[in-house]
Amino acid sequence: MQEAEPDRIETQEYLVNMGPQHPSTHGVLRLLLKLEGEIVHHVDPHIGYIHSGIEKMCESLTYPQIPYLTDRMDYLSAHMNEEVVCLCIENALGVEVPDRVKYIRTIFSELQRLASHQLWWCVMGMDLGALTTFFYGLRDREKILDIFEETCGARLTLHYSIPGGLMFDIHPNFQKRVHDFLNYFRKKLPEYDQLLTGNVIFQERTRGIGIFPKEAVINYGVTGPSGRASGFSCDVRKHLPYSAYPFVSFQEALDDRGDTLARYQVRIKEMWESMSIIEQLIDNIPEGDVQVKMKGVVKLPEGEYFQRVESARGDFGVFIISDGKKSPYRLKFRSPGFSNLSALHAMSKGWKIADLVAIMSSLDLVIPDIDR
Amino acid sequence: MAFSIYDFSTLTQSIHDGLSSRLSPTGTLAMEWAIVGIVILLFVAVFGLFLVYAERKVCAFFQQRLGPMRVGPWGLVQTIADFIKLLMKELIQPARADKFLYNLAPFIVIIVTFLAISVIPFAKGLQAFDFDIGVFFVTSITAVGVIGILLAGWSSNNKYSLIGAMRSGAQIISYELSVGLSLITIVIMAGTLQLSGIVEAQRAGWFIYRGHIPAIIAFFVFVIAGTAETNRGPFDLAEAESELTAGFHTEYSGIKFAFFFLAEYVNLFIVSAMATTVFLGGWMALHVGNLEGFNHVMDLLPPVFWFFIKVFFVIFLIMWFKWTFPRLRIDQILTLEWKFLLPINLFNIILMTVIVLLGWHF
Amino acid sequence: MSPEELNAHIQSLEPAAVVVMGKQFPEVMVPEDQLRYLARELKENPSTAFDYLICLTGADFDDHMKVIYHLESTVHRNILVLKTRTLSRINPVLPTVSDIWRTAEFHEREVFDLLGIRFKGHPDMRRLFLSDEWGFPLRKDYVDEVRIVDR
Repeated sequence: MQEAEPDRIETQEYLVNMGPQHPSTHGVLRLLLKLEGEIVHHVDPHIGYIHSGIEKMCESLTYPQIPYLTDRMDYLSAHMNEEVVCLCIENALGVEVPDRVKYIRTIFSELQRLASHQLWWCVMGMDLGALTTFFYGLRDREKILDIFEETCGARLTLHYSIPGGLMFDIHPNFQKRVHDFLNYFRKKLPEYDQLLTGNVIFQERTRGIGIFPKEAVINYGVTGPSGRASGFSCDVRKHLPYSAYPFVSFQEALDDRGDTLARYQVRIKEMWESMSIIEQLIDNIPEGDVQVKMKGVVKLPEGEYFQRVESARGDFGVFIISDGKKSPYRLKFRSPGFSNLSALHAMSKGWKIADLVAIMSSLDLVIPDIDR
Repeated sequence: MAFSIYDFSTLTQSIHDGLSSRLSPTGTLAMEWAIVGIVILLFVAVFGLFLVYAERKVCAFFQQRLGPMRVGPWGLVQTIADFIKLLMKELIQPARADKFLYNLAPFIVIIVTFLAISVIPFAKGLQAFDFDIGVFFVTSITAVGVIGILLAGWSSNNKYSLIGAMRSGAQIISYELSVGLSLITIVIMAGTLQLSGIVEAQRAGWFIYRGHIPAIIAFFVFVIAGTAETNRGPFDLAEAESELTAGFHTEYSGIKFAFFFLAEYVNLFIVSAMATTVFLGGWMALHVGNLEGFNHVMDLLPPVFWFFIKVFFVIFLIMWFKWTFPRLRIDQILTLEWKFLLPINLFNIILMTVIVLLGWHF
Repeated sequence: MSPEELNAHIQSLEPAAVVVMGKQFPEVMVPEDQLRYLARELKENPSTAFDYLICLTGADFDDHMKVIYHLESTVHRNILVLKTRTLSRINPVLPTVSDIWRTAEFHEREVFDLLGIRFKGHPDMRRLFLSDEWGFPLRKDYVDEVRIVDR
């Protein structure tokens, strides 16, 4: 007897818009997902919802005005964004800033990195459904923002670095408060591991998820902690040291597993390294001026200048084409989030929606950094 | 009329007598139904609101915050204010929604919770319906709730809702097994499905103590499966805020959303009440062996208080899970049930049967 | 590989390429029809191994457009700037490098979006930030009377 062929049940791919208003896209990123059931087949990022044309605006601004705008891009690593522009202008003009400026800039960068990673940790936990992490991370981040506030009056967009130095000297309490913070956070950081890292559900959710090999990471230009988790040694602080990084010794947090857990652990390791960098510098800030006398109108000599720093998200670069006038002819920001986002499809293809959220969270995307 | 807070059966009996002396038997029944309905309705509303408040305070405790503090003393009126806000909200309905099912879904979910609450023995004599098959009734009626969730997800005409509903369906139907089997483990020991009978059987000691190893295993399985049944974290995949915005109730607003919201908390109460009734001795006071003095002091506290103390203990436990653990993934949640909890449960039933047959329990 | 060796190596690969030394990084100007060949050689030859495309920039000049590729070798840790120019400014077309460095896929879309340079062979040449009817804002002759006020 011949069996009748049962009617095949056709499954169909369907499209889901994740964002631009979605809790885990952290802003206004929109992902067009092609799903089959829960499984992600295609991720198409649609960006530009907060594209503010900063590169175009910079073409009509003078050089000292530019750092004010860069703060608004990756607002979580605002100081690194300022620093890169200042370094680029200083290098182009051949200005050597005093050591005091270098030390303070580096301390600020590392504090900023800590604050950024703390926020990332909050949000990573929240994306995985552990809402309590959010308050633990923000509690500690607040302490850093208070230090910022005391010295430069701002908490998020600092405007502390200017071409040729710093806006003001540090507050007299600065060193003491940084010490207090380090003592405090040394006790609190193990708490992060107790709450989230050691949790069996968290490990199940992240281990082996979204594995991205080293070749792919380099090919997609994924930098920062996300790149280093796959074994791509891309720490600009190590390879092209700037500011006070030549004076300190620190380990580049590397991992070769390349999964979500590795990306998570690299950032936790980086927090420890940042604390050690600050500790090495904070008591040795040399005396001296915090500004170099600059001309009233800054004009860069004709030419092309490229400068990179390590922001909290990765390799942040600025490329200036100058025609000798007081504003740049063309200015381009190489933002780490932009390149990291381009790898999202390759990373999350074939995983489930819940994994996509975990992977996206482990890339630590900041949307204004991508949209510029 | 002798009324004692220690024994409600005299109160209920006197109400019954009073009604039947004035009304016909049918009228008495109708009147009693109405009273029961109103009492349960009030209880659900008040207790649901209180649980929302408790959840916010417990969550604040875990998150090193204060929680609501502004409305009323210690923010006690906050949830009432929130509820009034929800009542006044506009009811938005998606244009392409299946209107009938869309409106039906929240009612199914909330009615199921009313039905389940009606068999819970709060204290001696304080139980609306005392079925012979109480345990069976609760497990079967709570399983109906999933229909409401599935309908909500389907009729909203939203892909997030649908994914949430499908997840919820797979999850609740799976965990239904563990809830049922872990209760059966105790039923083997109690020898009855009647909830009041189960409580009475624990006069000599709570089942979690009398049944020792298998009862403790069954208790933990029940709490885990019960958490999953109520769609609470770490099993809140149906809502999964960071993945599906709000899952099956994404498209609901105002009072319809409030129904889902309230049902979630009342379900939490039902799970805790079942755990209390079946494992922790229901409204029985805490007695320790032959310590007469201690036992006497414990007896001073009315049974209804004992019931709620135990319920809040279990509720706190479940809230603790939610505010500590990350969310599981759908395949992990099903693996946990089918590969771990179910085999443990089946083995546990055999163990319990052996223990009961050989009389190895206390 | 020292800058001189790099210079000689590139000259031997592609005689039409112009190598400029003495700036911040070694710069190579390559005609557009040789871009893909040189890019592939630079990436795949183990002696150069420029496998990491840091940054891809487009710029509008008066009569042509330039695209600037900042390359880094993760093996040798040196940086090279590769440049190419379009023939026409009105309808600029360049070959894509997105199959050589995958990160270029997004960067080329960005350049297309803001400057209107079309990349031949790109798998997904859509606009990235702006809507389809928008002009190309980074071109120097872009006017937007509503949003940009000339001082």
